[in-house]
Amino acid sequence: MKKNRLFKRVFSLLLCLALLLCAACPALAEEDGYEFDTTGVDYQKFRGQNVSINVYNWGLYIAEGEDESMNVCKEFEKLTGIKVNYTNFATNEEMYAKLKSGASKYDVIFPSDYMVGKLIEEGMLAELNFKNIPNYERYVDDNFKNLEYDPEGKYSVAYTWGTVGILYNTAMVEKEVNSWDILWDMDYAGQILMFNNSRDAFGIALKKLGYSMNTTDKDQLKEAADLLKEQKPLVQAYVMDEIFDKLGAGEAAIAPYYAGDYALIKADNPDIAFAFPEEGTNRFVDAACVPKDCNNQEAAELFINFLNDPAVAYENFETIGYSSPNTGALELMDEEEKADPVLYPGDKVLESAETFLNLDDETNEYMQQLWIEVLSDDQNVNRWIIPVFVAGAVAVSLFINVRRSIKNRRKRYEK
Amino acid sequence: MNNKKKMSFGAKFYMVLVYAFLYLPIAVLIVYSFNESKSRAVFSGFTFDWYAKLFHNEAIMSALFNSLIVAVIASVAATAIGTLAAVGINAMSRRMRSLVMNFTYLPVINPEIVIGVSLMLLFVFLRFQFGLTTLIIAHITFDVPYVILNVMPKLRQMDAHQVEAARDLGCNPVQAFFKVVIPEIMPGIMSGFLMALTYSFDDFIISHFVAGPTAQTLPLAIYSMTRKKVSPEINALSAVMFAVILSLLMVYNLVSARRDRNKGRAGR
Amino acid sequence: MKSKLPSLPYLIWMAVFIVVPVGLVLYFAFTTQDGTFTIENISQVGQYTGVLLRSIWLAAVATVICLLIAYPLAFFLSRTRASVQRTFIMLVMLPMWMNFLLRTYAWMTLLENGGLINKFLGFLGLGPVQMINTSGAVVLGMVYNYLPFMILPLHSIMVKIENTTLEAAQDLGANWLQSFRRVVFPLSLPGVMTGVTMVFVPAISTFIISRMLGGGGNSLIGDIIELQFIGASYNPHMGSAISLVLMVIVLLCMSLFNQFDSSGKEGIYS
Repeated sequence: MKKNRLFKRVFSLLLCLALLLCAACPALAEEDGYEFDTTGVDYQKFRGQNVSINVYNWGLYIAEGEDESMNVCKEFEKLTGIKVNYTNFATNEEMYAKLKSGASKYDVIFPSDYMVGKLIEEGMLAELNFKNIPNYERYVDDNFKNLEYDPEGKYSVAYTWGTVGILYNTAMVEKEVNSWDILWDMDYAGQILMFNNSRDAFGIALKKLGYSMNTTDKDQLKEAADLLKEQKPLVQAYVMDEIFDKLGAGEAAIAPYYAGDYALIKADNPDIAFAFPEEGTNRFVDAACVPKDCNNQEAAELFINFLNDPAVAYENFETIGYSSPNTGALELMDEEEKADPVLYPGDKVLESAETFLNLDDETNEYMQQLWIEVLSDDQNVNRWIIPVFVAGAVAVSLFINVRRSIKNRRKRYEK
Repeated sequence: MNNKKKMSFGAKFYMVLVYAFLYLPIAVLIVYSFNESKSRAVFSGFTFDWYAKLFHNEAIMSALFNSLIVAVIASVAATAIGTLAAVGINAMSRRMRSLVMNFTYLPVINPEIVIGVSLMLLFVFLRFQFGLTTLIIAHITFDVPYVILNVMPKLRQMDAHQVEAARDLGCNPVQAFFKVVIPEIMPGIMSGFLMALTYSFDDFIISHFVAGPTAQTLPLAIYSMTRKKVSPEINALSAVMFAVILSLLMVYNLVSARRDRNKGRAGR
Repeated sequence: MKSKLPSLPYLIWMAVFIVVPVGLVLYFAFTTQDGTFTIENISQVGQYTGVLLRSIWLAAVATVICLLIAYPLAFFLSRTRASVQRTFIMLVMLPMWMNFLLRTYAWMTLLENGGLINKFLGFLGLGPVQMINTSGAVVLGMVYNYLPFMILPLHSIMVKIENTTLEAAQDLGANWLQSFRRVVFPLSLPGVMTGVTMVFVPAISTFIISRMLGGGGNSLIGDIIELQFIGASYNPHMGSAISLVLMVIVLLCMSLFNQFDSSGKEGIYS
C-alpha cells in the first residue's frame, strides 16, 4: 500500500506543522494594573447585563494593544463588562453614508468638525448627558469646548485635533518644502500621493489658489477642480491611510496628510520629514459623538468618559500620535512631546490655519461631482455611446433570432 | 484511457509558467509571513513571531470565526434549499422550468456589486439591522444557484425508473427520496456544497454592503487593514490557511484516487 | 418523484431576496428622495459614460487574456492521466481559497516601483518599470483573480472530447490547425461561453482591484456605485440608476454573446 504510506507522511507533516505552531506561541503574559479615575461615574452599571456598544472610528485611531500599549477597548470591557464592537471607516463621508442608511446602529462615532456640524444640522446626533461624562469637565481643555461646529457644546467631546501638512521623504526630495506648490512640481511626477477625499483635496487646491477652504463660490470650486485635474498626471495614487504603507516603504516621496500620523510614519522610515505650507492649512478637530439612533446611549457616554481618562488619553496619544485636547494626558507627556513643533505648532501656523465648516447641500453636491470628474477625468466621451450601444445590441440580438427562426423554418420545410 | 500521450516539452513549460503566475503572489505572502520587519520594503530576518501573535489577535480571530460561521451556515442552508429546489424544478413543465432557471441564473450573471446594493436596499427597506443574520441571508441567496446548477445535471442523468422501482417495492415518497434520489445525486450535492462554501468564505463584495458593526468577516477585516497598514499577522494567517487547505485537498485527492482504483479493480 | 413542492422554499426565497431587491433597485432608480417619479437619475448616468466604457474595455481585455491563457492550459490538462488532472485542477482551485484582497495586495508588493519585480529587473541591470497604478496593473489583477473561473469550465468541457475524435480528424487528413478549428473549438464552445461569463461579469463590476492596483485615479464603474451607496457621494437613487444601467448592459452583453452559440437551448449552463 504505497498510497497508505504517502497518506501517513502527509499526516505526520501536518502534525509537525501543528506542533511548530504551538511551540511558536508562548503564552503571552497578561499585563494588568492600569488605574482609572472613576470618581463621579458608575462604570459597573451595566456589568452582567450583556450590553454591547458599536464603536465606529477612523483606522489606526485608538490604542489597540500593539507594542505593549494599552488595548483601550479591552480595558473598557474589563472595567465595565460592556462589550465593544470596534470597526473602522476611512473618510467622514463613508461614515455618514453608513449612518444615514440606517441599517447599522452605532453608539460612538468620531466625525470631524464639519461633519459634526452636518450631523447636528440633520438631527442625527443625540444630546449628551454630561453627568455620565465627568471627565469632560475635569480634563478636556476649555479651548476645545463650544467650538464653531457645536457652539453650545451639547453634542460632542473633542477627541483629537491636528493640522494638515506635507510629509516628504528627505532622501527623495531635495527642494525645500514650504508650500503646496511642491504637490504640483513636475520634478516629482509619479511620486506624489494625494488625498482620496473631496474635502481635503479641494481644501488644498483652494488654499493654493488663495481662496477660503469653505468657499461656496462655484467659480472658485471649478478653478480648484481644474487645478486638481492639472495635478492628476503627477499623482501616483489617491489614497487615505494607505500612505502609511506607500510613504513608509519609500514608494512615494510626497504626500499631504494629517500631522498626527507623521510620528507613526517616521517610525517606519526615518527619512520622512514634515512641513507646514505657508499658504495656510486646515486645522481639524475630531470629536466623539453619539448618534441619536443608538443601542445604548448611557453605555456610549461611559465609553466617551473612559476615553477622556488621562491614562487612556495618554496611551491613545502615544499610539496614534495625534494632538490631544485632554489636559490630563498633556500632564503625563514629557517636555519633548509637549514641545513637538508638528503636533503643537506655534501660533503662526495655527493663525493661518482654517477649520472646515459644514457647507450647504448644493455646494457639497457640486464639489462631489467635480471630484468624481477629477478621478475619472474624461469629459470628451460622447454621452450617447451607451444608449447607442444598447440599441445596437438589441438590434443585433433581434437580427440573430430572426435569422435563426427563418433558418429553422426553412429546415423544417426542407424536411 | 491509456493511450493518452505524454505531454510535449512545450506544453509542460507552458503549464509551469501558468502555475507560477497563479502561485507567485501566494509565495510572496508566505515568504513575508516570516519577515521580521513589519515593512514590506525589506526582508530583515526570519521569525515565527507573526504566527504567535496571530493567535492572540482578537480582531483577526473573531473575524475568522465569523467567516466560518457564515460560510458553514449559509452553505448548509443553501445546499438544503438548493437540492430540494432542483428536485422540484426537475418535476416542472418545460416552460415553467426554463422560467425558473432563468431567474436562477440571475444572481450568477448579475454583477456581484448589483446584488450587494440590491440586498442592502432590501434590508434597509425592511429595517433589518446589519449583522450576522443579514450576512447569512445574503450568502444563502448567492449560494443557492450554484447548488442548483451542480445538482440539476445529476438529476437529469438519473434514471427515473429507479424511483418508480423503489415505490413499487413499498417506499413512500419521502423514503424513496432519501434512499434512492439523494445517494444518486450526492456527488452533485457535494460539489455544490463545496462551491457554495468556497464562494461564501471568500466573498467580499456582497458582504461589504450588508455587514454591520457586530459581524466583521475575514475579508472585511482584511479590507479595512489593506487601507492602513497590513499587519504581517495576516500573512501568517494566509500561510496557515494555505497549509490547511492544501493538506485537506491532498487528503481528499488521495482518498478519491484510492476509491477510483478500487472501483477500477471491482469493475474488472 | 413528480412533485414540484420541494422547490417551494426556494421559490419563496428567490422572490423575497432576488426579485424584490431588483425591484427596489428599479424603484430607487426612478424616484427622487421624496418618492416622486423621475428619470433624472437615469439621464444623469450619462456623465459616467467614460467610466462605463473604460470598465467594459478593461473587463473585455481581461476576459480575452484569460481565455488565451486558459485555453491551451485546459487542453493540455485534459490530455493527461486522470490522477494528474485531478491534482492540477486542485492546484487551480487552491488560490481561490486564499483571500482575494490579500492576493491582490501581494501583487502590489510585486509590482511597486521598489517592488520585487523591479528589484529583480534592477539586479539584471534593467531600469525600473512603472507597473503599479496603471491600467495594465488593473487588467493583470483581473486576469489573476478570475483566471480559475476560465480554466475550470474549459477543462470540464474538454475532458469530454475523446482522443479518438482527434485521431479520427487527423486520419481524415486534417492538420492540427484544421482539427482545432473544425473539431476542438466547436466542441469546447459551451465551456468558452461559461468561462467568458464567469470572468467578464465580475471583472466589469470590480471595485477593489482598481483602487489597489490602479491608484484610485482610474475609477471603474464599480467604484462609482460603491461611492454612491457607502461612500462620499451618498445617493442611493443615483447609485441604483447606475446599477440598473450596469445590470442592463451586462445582461445584454451576455444574452448577445449566448446567441452566437446556436447549440444552447436553455442558456449556457444547462
